[in-house]
Amino acid sequence: MRLAHIFSIAVLVLLITAAIRTASSVNTAIGPPAVDSEIAGLDAAVARLNAWFQKRWEEEGILPAAPADELTVFRRMSLALFGAVPSLEEIRAFEQDTESGRIPRWIALMLKDPRYSDYIADRLSRSLVGVEQGPFIIFRRDRLTDWLSEQLQRDVSWSQMTRDLIAAEGLWTDHPAANFITIARMENEELDENKLAGRTVRTFLGQRIDCAQCHDHPFDEHWKQKDFDGLAAWYCQADVSFAGVSDSPLDKQKQPVVYRVTPPGKDVADARVIPPAVPFHEEWLSETGTLRRRLADWVTHPDNKRFERAIANRIWGLMFGKPLHSPVDDLPHPEGASEDALDILGQEFRRRDERLSVLISIIALSAPFQCSSESPSVTDADYRRQAESWAIFPLVRLRPEQVIGSLFQAGRVRMVNQNSHPLTRLQKLTLENDFVQEYGDAGEDELIPQTGTISQTLLKMNGRFSQELAKVDLLTGPSQILNLSADDGSIVDNAFLMCLTRRPSQEERLTFLNQLQGLHHADAAVPAKAIDQQQRAEIVEDLFWALFNSPEFSWNH
Amino acid sequence: MESLTMDRRYLLQGLTTAGLSFCLPALSARAAQRRGWERPRSLIVLWMNGGMSQLETWDPHPGTPSGGEVKDLATTAADIRISSLMPQMAEQMHECLLLRSLTSKEGDHEAGSAFVRTGYRPEPTLKYPTLGSIIAHELPQPALEIPPYVVLTPRIPVPEGGYLGNEWNGFRVFQPGSGVSNLSANVSESRQTRRLEGLDLVSRQFTRQRGFAAGEILQQETMGRALQMMQSEQRKAFQLEEESEAIQNAYGRTEFGRGCLVARRLVETGVRAVEVMLPGFDTHISNHQGHITQCQILDPAMATLLHDLRQRDLLQSTIVLCISEFGRTPRINPAGGRDHWPGWFSCVVAGGGFREGAVIGATPSDIPSGDPPMPENPVSVPELYATILALLGVDGRKEIITPIGRPIRFVDAPPSELMLRDPGVLKTL
Repeated sequence: MRLAHIFSIAVLVLLITAAIRTASSVNTAIGPPAVDSEIAGLDAAVARLNAWFQKRWEEEGILPAAPADELTVFRRMSLALFGAVPSLEEIRAFEQDTESGRIPRWIALMLKDPRYSDYIADRLSRSLVGVEQGPFIIFRRDRLTDWLSEQLQRDVSWSQMTRDLIAAEGLWTDHPAANFITIARMENEELDENKLAGRTVRTFLGQRIDCAQCHDHPFDEHWKQKDFDGLAAWYCQADVSFAGVSDSPLDKQKQPVVYRVTPPGKDVADARVIPPAVPFHEEWLSETGTLRRRLADWVTHPDNKRFERAIANRIWGLMFGKPLHSPVDDLPHPEGASEDALDILGQEFRRRDERLSVLISIIALSAPFQCSSESPSVTDADYRRQAESWAIFPLVRLRPEQVIGSLFQAGRVRMVNQNSHPLTRLQKLTLENDFVQEYGDAGEDELIPQTGTISQTLLKMNGRFSQELAKVDLLTGPSQILNLSADDGSIVDNAFLMCLTRRPSQEERLTFLNQLQGLHHADAAVPAKAIDQQQRAEIVEDLFWALFNSPEFSWNH
Repeated sequence: MESLTMDRRYLLQGLTTAGLSFCLPALSARAAQRRGWERPRSLIVLWMNGGMSQLETWDPHPGTPSGGEVKDLATTAADIRISSLMPQMAEQMHECLLLRSLTSKEGDHEAGSAFVRTGYRPEPTLKYPTLGSIIAHELPQPALEIPPYVVLTPRIPVPEGGYLGNEWNGFRVFQPGSGVSNLSANVSESRQTRRLEGLDLVSRQFTRQRGFAAGEILQQETMGRALQMMQSEQRKAFQLEEESEAIQNAYGRTEFGRGCLVARRLVETGVRAVEVMLPGFDTHISNHQGHITQCQILDPAMATLLHDLRQRDLLQSTIVLCISEFGRTPRINPAGGRDHWPGWFSCVVAGGGFREGAVIGATPSDIPSGDPPMPENPVSVPELYATILALLGVDGRKEIITPIGRPIRFVDAPPSELMLRDPGVLKTL
């Protein structure tokens, strides 16, 4: 018993020692990334997209906002790809990279970071399988998310991922893509073909046809009820059993498995057999394969513009916080319309093996993403025109996971990633889950901009999360910058960089510097009063509190 | 040692410092000082989470194939007998309208809850607001310094404002009767002043170049309301220290009992909609025993709430609704449980102009095979909600243009004259 006790204490001491070492050392691993030839090869695609926006702005007589400074763009990229603000450590490395073409190089670096694949996988899995609760659902969603992350890390094409998801076979553990199907299992253990049809069209084709389950689409004449039923029928032979997901063309009586729909108010005996069908371009269907495989081929067919436009719009939404067309999965009918930004993004994406990294890079390098969020407009109407035409970076409230991700990162000097100490990662995981639960999960609608609530504001102001992370304590970032910064001015600079990814304005710097030095900010003639170490700690904590609660922290800009 | 509490003078100073004084309301007499019809009208929903069995509560069928072990009890309303597990509510049924024929098509918890909370079947493309959100949205209460829609439950998810926006979500209280989480700054007055001054400085820097955009984000307004709530006298409505031991005992020393008492205090203060949740009704196993336990909590709390509201002359202006996401099966499963049954289920509604001591609907005693038949005089959830909204003075047929461009009515049904004490009141609303 005593030995076990001693062993536990020894392990704890080792962990804490390692954590202290990790927290206080300076990482020299981050350096300027190498030039990435692939990103450089996107110049023409970016120029084409920018030309489209430029033409639109000129036609509408809109003056775009000036380019944002590169640190701001770096912050946007970090929020979009990692779900958190950049660490002080990363900011230093970014600033040390003084060669031209810094942004493209850092995009390439970030796309190789496991934080990118983990974070974007989590976002994609929400659209693929929702956020329903329940232990089995959570386990399966987690496996699916891990699988998506692996695909993103390998830069697998979105077409391939889509085909794997729609037509997956096997156990939910060994073939995690199959969980796109297994999560649609209902309480009676049968698959919900309607749910799968709705999700397929929303996620992969960017159209909401769920209402067509009961009636023709009221606003889009292209979607009829029979289209919905026909699409659902492609899933009728999918079967989930202990052996995993498979396709069963014949039932136990050796009869073909068909899809039946019972009209409302009618008996099951009145059910109609609905053959698998697609609403347009039947010629895109492959001739052979399981029903799901044939549907997957049709969805991802190279001529199916909906497919590329849907993912381009979703990635745009993840990069900016709001999609080009909102809602993200309710795009207008693409055929016959004049070419728009989604068409350009989609075509460039198709030309480059349909990889999400390509879409992300083009969008991050585009003029709208590089625009400032500061408006030179003089009237409300001018600002609205700018905002509607993406001539200014939109102010978008951070999603819950971005808020806690940023709070956690801003409370540390070093970046928090897979190489962080296990205690740090455990703390992050626990805090993130608790925070999102209390703050409120945005669910599947996370790309619909929302304002904050009183509960959320109170949680951020007075809740344990911001209190803990702003605390000047043994291993915290505020403690490190208080004790290790070269001078008081550096304390203020570092706090601003950690929270807002910028340096303070002159007025801000002077105000907080005066606080640290016991000077009355409004009257230089008042002599300084002595400030002890405890008071300095409280001043730094209050500075972090103010930065955490500022709109600049909570809104992507 | 500096005081950790801040007075109203300080609040005014703080809000003004932060450029937020515009959101301070003109304080008027406490809503609690008004009584009867003059009061602002409110709704209290007692949400029986998990699916309450109608057969063990409001619609017993003792001695029948579906009845199970339940016994029934005469009540203060002629012709209404309820489960013997609800003896205190039996004394209050003269105040209540009992609906035994609510119907739904949603048989799982998430979908069933979404339907019964909103009156619309859930769909993936549009989130509908809950009844409480609609009421809070439509019945502004300028003198209120605490949120107009409060949900007393530790459970998630919080009822949502849906297409109205998340500012109309229910404000959640995790531990009813113990105040509100995160309402205290936990620092001295001087530190809080320093924090707010720092926040103001940084916020001004940000909004300076983003005037029009910054105006749309409502951050300052929400921050102002949060700071205001931190200082408001009205937050006492969340606490029970002012309540006597006797009244607390009468409601029951349970989380739900405390929630019901806080609900009464919130309504007195002017809160428009309150939901108190009682979890634990998902009795797939040992249903009868499960309902004995649940009714021991529900019965005293609900009966005391109705009695208390009546005693304080608040029942005319307050509607109390006890409802669940669905009912439970007439058939008892091999584990002694009842499963989900949206085919018919019961709710009780009282106050605010609803009929009293009456019942609508009846259900069969036998165990149906195949698809369940419709109960007698079926009542839809939208019809019930249209009636509640009408009595509260809200036009339920009002159309809102949703964020996806679809015009949607708050409820897709007309109010029911059959549910009203005075059907003529609809003409005057």
